Amino acid sequence: MRRMFWLIAVLLSSVCYAQTPRLPQSASGEEILKKVDLNMFSENKIIESRMVIHGERGSRTVETKSWQRSTRETFSEFLAPARDKGTKMLKLQDMLWTYSPSTDRIILISGHMLRQSVMGSDLSYEDMMEDPHLPNLYSAKVSSEETVVGRSCWVLDLTAKKEDIAYNSRKAWIDKTRYVLLKENLYAKSGKLLKTMEVREVTEIQNHWIAKSILYKDVLKEGGGTEFFVDSVILDATIPEYLFSKAALKK
Amino acid sequence: MFIFKLAFRNILGAGLRTWLNVVALSFSFVAIIFLQGIYTGMNDQVEQATVDAFYGGGQFWQRSYDPYDPLTLDDAHALLPKELNALVQSDQATPILIRQAAIYPEGRFRTILLKGIDPLQKVLSVPSILLMDGQGTIPALIGSRMAKSTGLHKGDELTIQWRDVHGTFDARTVRIIAVVKTSVQEIDNGQVWIPLDQLQSLSAMPGHATIVVLRPSISPPGISSGWEFKSLEYLLQDIHTAVRSKRISASIFYIVLLFLAMLAIFDTQVLSIFRRRKEMGTLMALGMTRANIIELFTLEGALHGIFAAFVAALYGIPLLGYVAKTGWELPGAADAVGFAIGEKLFPTYSVALVAGTTALVLLVTTVVSFLPTRRIAKLKPTDALRGKMS
Repeated sequence: MRRMFWLIAVLLSSVCYAQTPRLPQSASGEEILKKVDLNMFSENKIIESRMVIHGERGSRTVETKSWQRSTRETFSEFLAPARDKGTKMLKLQDMLWTYSPSTDRIILISGHMLRQSVMGSDLSYEDMMEDPHLPNLYSAKVSSEETVVGRSCWVLDLTAKKEDIAYNSRKAWIDKTRYVLLKENLYAKSGKLLKTMEVREVTEIQNHWIAKSILYKDVLKEGGGTEFFVDSVILDATIPEYLFSKAALKK
Repeated sequence: MFIFKLAFRNILGAGLRTWLNVVALSFSFVAIIFLQGIYTGMNDQVEQATVDAFYGGGQFWQRSYDPYDPLTLDDAHALLPKELNALVQSDQATPILIRQAAIYPEGRFRTILLKGIDPLQKVLSVPSILLMDGQGTIPALIGSRMAKSTGLHKGDELTIQWRDVHGTFDARTVRIIAVVKTSVQEIDNGQVWIPLDQLQSLSAMPGHATIVVLRPSISPPGISSGWEFKSLEYLLQDIHTAVRSKRISASIFYIVLLFLAMLAIFDTQVLSIFRRRKEMGTLMALGMTRANIIELFTLEGALHGIFAAFVAALYGIPLLGYVAKTGWELPGAADAVGFAIGEKLFPTYSVALVAGTTALVLLVTTVVSFLPTRRIAKLKPTDALRGKMS
């Protein structure tokens, strides 16, 4: 689910891209990553999205509406399916709470629970807690150039700058002209591939390029992965302050 | 002595009625002793197997470790203090590092405990020596319950994912070197065992352990801080509590069995007193007091218990002795109970168990035999001679 937020942010990054000058062909990995990071984040977004979870026993769709302030504060409400409707999640910095209307309780997701899957998807709560500012966490090097979904991309090898980063290394495919992350592989310390992310569709919203369809996959698990669709995005929206408080979870 | 001889003659004279009661009561004797023996055997067997496989002579736990709280596992590791290190060096103790991990058998996510053990350890009965046979990959041992629940077999390769000491994900492929047939759940369900040095290295925790198991009969050294000693009494208390609760629930069965036997004795006594009114009148006319007659009838009832004890011994000793020797084969479903019993349960009968059960049944039989005789206290000899009850 953290990925979900992060990917939303990724989608939004393309917005800023349109306003920033293009890097030269020989740009360094660090420069590209900063550019992606710069484009990725903008203040205050409201996003309506669908998450289609393809499990072994079929697929199910979870619809959410999220209010995001900077990259560290997000309030989300589940709109569908009926059994999850009204479930809310609040992420403030490094803390994550959920509220379920059926139990009328707010639960702090911590420790062992962070490793659990969000709504049975390929994303864990832990993924949600990760700092999405990649330049803070990884050093980047351009390893090659490839074409992904018809777009010319830089392939960046990202290596963790510190020891306490969840994924020791990543490989990222960055659109050369839009500065959108189109594909990403996440690796364990041993080099084993753990998760993948693929952007399948990019669209222009409010004069910005946004990834509209993303497939997220835990490669160690069976199943078709988790698809993420952005239905609408409002940038620079006015978001009431009270949403980013625990009190809002029960409202 | 006269009353005893008379009671003995009377009870033998009752013929089939007596022997039916005796046989029914003997069943109670045998069943109660058998079931008590089963639970005593279960307790002993589970305790011995668990001590051999995991508890040893007690364990030192790193202060943060709580086996009932997986949230503690991230921090539950530390370097061994020198006192424990000395015991490990002299094969008097073995360290175990426990980490939380995930496996994906058949593509399904499952959390497990990844345990690192020294392949050359000599403290526990876990066949850790098999972990020496890596053949290029990380060797892993699993228990038979774990193999059954995950569908894993010897020779299968499996991806295990965990976090190192810094929280970074790591994932490796391990090869199931052996599926250990064990009845001890503490080393089986939801667990994968790999060599200690490899887990320490992969988790960036060189020299660290979560628990240290002592060899039986080793006295625990005093350690100032960071580690807490858990005695066998403490470690086994869950098993003892579970067996005790099973023993209590089984006592309902004894009560029902005993109740049925006592009902037969009670009926016999009531009928006997009703049918032998004239005899009682005659005995009183001959000089016996009411107390003597009450004693006579109570003794007759109690003799059922004594006869039953002999009859029970006649067929019970060879039968129970045979079961104790060959064991009682448990049905497959018994494994789901989670006790470290194995395929056969060997009952244990002690002198105290047999003597206690015999004394209890004789006491209850005597009390039940006495109750109907209270009416005799009000009996007038003249009424009795006429066949009436006063």
